[in-house]
Amino acid sequence: MSSRQVGGVMLAVENVSLTFGGVKALQEVSFDVRENEVRAIIGPNGAGKSSMLNVINGVYHPQQGKIRFQGREFRDMDSHQTAEMGVARTFQNIALFKGMTVLDNLMTGRNLKMRCNFLQQALWIGPAKREELEHRRAVEEVIDFLEIQHIRKTPVGKLPYGLQKRVELGRALAAEPKLLLLDEPMAGMNLEEKQDMCRFVLEVNDHYGTTIVLIEHDMGVVMDISDRVVVLDYGRKIADGSPEEVRGNQTVIDAYLGVAH
Amino acid sequence: MLYREAGQFKSTYAQDQQIFPIRQDRIAFWALLVFAFVVLPLVGDQYWLGAILTPFQIFALATLGLNILTGYAGQLSLGTAAFMAVGAFMAYNFVLRMPWLGIIPSFILAGLCAAAVGIVFGLPSLRIKGFYLAVATLACQFFVLWALQRFGWFTNYSSSGVVTAQQIEILGYAFNTPAKKYLLTLSVVALMALAAKNLMRSETGRAFMAVRDMDVAASVIGIPMMKTKLLAFAISSFYCGVAGALHAFCYLGTVEPEAYSLDLSFRILFMVIIGGVGSILGSFLGAAFITLFPIFLNLVSGWMSHATGVEISHALISNLESIIFGGLIVFFLIVEPQGLARLWQIAKEKLRLWPFPH
Amino acid sequence: MDFVFFIEVLAGGLLAGVMYSLVALGFVLIYKASGVFNFAQGAMVFFAALTFVSLVERGWNFWLALVVTLAVMVLLGLAIERVVLRPLVNQSQITLFMATIGLTFVLEGLSQLVWGSQPHGLELGIPDVPMEWLSQKWNINISQFDLFAAAVAGLLVAVLAVFFHKTRIGRALRAVADDHQAALAVGIPLQHIWAIVWAVAGFVALVAGLMWGVRNGVQFALTFVALKALPVLLIGGFESIPGAILGGLIIGATEKLAEVYFGPYVGGGIESWFAYVVALLFLLVRPEGLFGEKHIDRV
Repeated sequence: MSSRQVGGVMLAVENVSLTFGGVKALQEVSFDVRENEVRAIIGPNGAGKSSMLNVINGVYHPQQGKIRFQGREFRDMDSHQTAEMGVARTFQNIALFKGMTVLDNLMTGRNLKMRCNFLQQALWIGPAKREELEHRRAVEEVIDFLEIQHIRKTPVGKLPYGLQKRVELGRALAAEPKLLLLDEPMAGMNLEEKQDMCRFVLEVNDHYGTTIVLIEHDMGVVMDISDRVVVLDYGRKIADGSPEEVRGNQTVIDAYLGVAH
Repeated sequence: MLYREAGQFKSTYAQDQQIFPIRQDRIAFWALLVFAFVVLPLVGDQYWLGAILTPFQIFALATLGLNILTGYAGQLSLGTAAFMAVGAFMAYNFVLRMPWLGIIPSFILAGLCAAAVGIVFGLPSLRIKGFYLAVATLACQFFVLWALQRFGWFTNYSSSGVVTAQQIEILGYAFNTPAKKYLLTLSVVALMALAAKNLMRSETGRAFMAVRDMDVAASVIGIPMMKTKLLAFAISSFYCGVAGALHAFCYLGTVEPEAYSLDLSFRILFMVIIGGVGSILGSFLGAAFITLFPIFLNLVSGWMSHATGVEISHALISNLESIIFGGLIVFFLIVEPQGLARLWQIAKEKLRLWPFPH
Repeated sequence: MDFVFFIEVLAGGLLAGVMYSLVALGFVLIYKASGVFNFAQGAMVFFAALTFVSLVERGWNFWLALVVTLAVMVLLGLAIERVVLRPLVNQSQITLFMATIGLTFVLEGLSQLVWGSQPHGLELGIPDVPMEWLSQKWNINISQFDLFAAAVAGLLVAVLAVFFHKTRIGRALRAVADDHQAALAVGIPLQHIWAIVWAVAGFVALVAGLMWGVRNGVQFALTFVALKALPVLLIGGFESIPGAILGGLIIGATEKLAEVYFGPYVGGGIESWFAYVVALLFLLVRPEGLFGEKHIDRV
């Protein structure tokens, strides 16, 4: 649980519906996310959790509904726009740039903050050089935070899965986001790796005040670190509240156990 | 032992970001520059300077261009020679019609023309990927070559379709010997290689590589797809255009469309693959290899002719060349896809310990 | 506008398109079964034609030469699969594509090394003269040979269709084309399949080589014809046999029509690039071609 004071509503999803061909991925889902909180989205497989993140992020465009972010209303988001507005995310299947080193991957996270044009970069004169070094400094802070100094020059493709996930978190953090979307950040990790990841997530929330929305299957993790939980099933929201409330909710238990409804 | 890095600590990020962070590399590089700029022109044989070292550098520059587009940005292109042709023809025309510009500005403008063509034929890359795009770049190769031959304006209505490149004069000083042309080429290539290195280790290079590795993810984190891809085409074509201008003015001495055929595009692609995809050093190594290898083959066949008394025809040599180049491509792709540049890196790593076994 | 002339040009173009399709078929076969875009298909066509014609010129019996050339092509296909493709089996498509570019150079050099580089004429017994019946009745000139080539192409497509849909091996090929892992899981021997595919592609290359050899003579320029098959693939989609035929027809027709009606205004010679530009424009509208599979990038 975070020790930070949870603020007002930062992101609100209102009546969002998303259809692919004949598949209804999301049906009239509404919930909100408050500043500084850790919001978990849980639900059985295929419930539409990743699709929800993709809608928030601007990768998918919903057929219906609205998104309110930082007081502004959007019919749908554009991924470039959301990135500029301070949303960063990680992906279920690790979307790192395998041909680049860890350091370079993290530096790409800062691309929106870089101002120099390519001519200045080619000449490597004053402003370009200064900017590169300044961003290097910022990225090194993230590297220190995530304890990945020893692999900063390693090509990402060569790293084990757990470290790749951490690097992906690093790239998202490098962007200094206001809202961090994590898609199953602990998937495929052993207990030790999960504990490390939990620690990082909590510290990001604590230390930097970043609002976090995460999709997670491990109930223990969800109970431990989230402030509020949204439960999706077959594209619909079936519960919304604190972890304890959700855990005791009969509809949620039924959904996970596969009781017909 | 020679290559021990022990004791070389970087205490600032600036030191870590250098092009040559290791002292031995720096020394070797400066020695090479001195050798290339000072020793070779004084000592070098005219033939070697004019017929081997100058074209090697020109092709290295074109390889750099293609490497930027295909190696770093992942956009496969088979139209390299067409961009060189644009550079060559436009340089000729600028010098012809606007002689007050001067040679270097003419080369730069010619490069910009090539860049413009590159952007136009790069537009499909926003919709098409992979080898669909490669086949689309063939459209560029064939169309540009046809246009340059068809519209007499480009050759100043010369009846033969071939024009002689003008004499190079910078501030009244004529560059008319192989040694002088070599130095001019070397200066241009060295500067552009430095610019390329700087670009590739900055945000531009990272954006290119991100687009290459996973363009969907790149655009989601904010890297602008269109701008990045078109910039890759523009910069790459600029490099190829300047290489083309140098090719006409400092090497061939003529501007002829046949020199910029599909075969040349493939050759430069081979230089990229053999030298090392996504490597500045690799571009030079690949160009050196492909430029020097035919000469080597000729020499060997000459010796064999002498030794055995059997005449070895040119056709035989050129077929052998095809077979060996093709074979090497396949070999490198199987064994060391990162090319000679990676082999060089491995050699350096072995030098850390040599002559000690471990 | 002379309507009869237009029909002639259109027919000529369509038939030329069929010839392009013949070459494109080889590409499609290999791509369908292994996901490899075999840039060397053109060199294979050249090699096949050159081998056949050189044997015949050395006095070999026509049918014997045909059988031996077929055997050589099959062996070549097997060798390529074993030496070039198997070591690269997990690499990216671009890597495999570049390997086939290298292979092209090897084959081109090898063909001329073994058989020499003079052009050869090729006769298959069907003269390249207009069908009398058509030219006398309606004053339309359409070459007998072109019609023969179209018939051969049609027969080949029919044979391939039967092979793919009615035989066990054909089914296995389609399974492999669809999903390598799944095919392995049901016990289909992947490497045998790939060997078979390359052998069949070699056979298709031989047929295409013979047709084109008659039309244009067997010379190095034949490899450029294969390059023309690429726009056909762009339009038809890389994975589709009907697409190869349709794409060939479209390219052949538009190229011929453009050459005759549009060419004179721009000084001619547009065949060198017109097909590519058409394909390029087509791709901008449909990036996967007419029958190609849409690629979905999941993040």
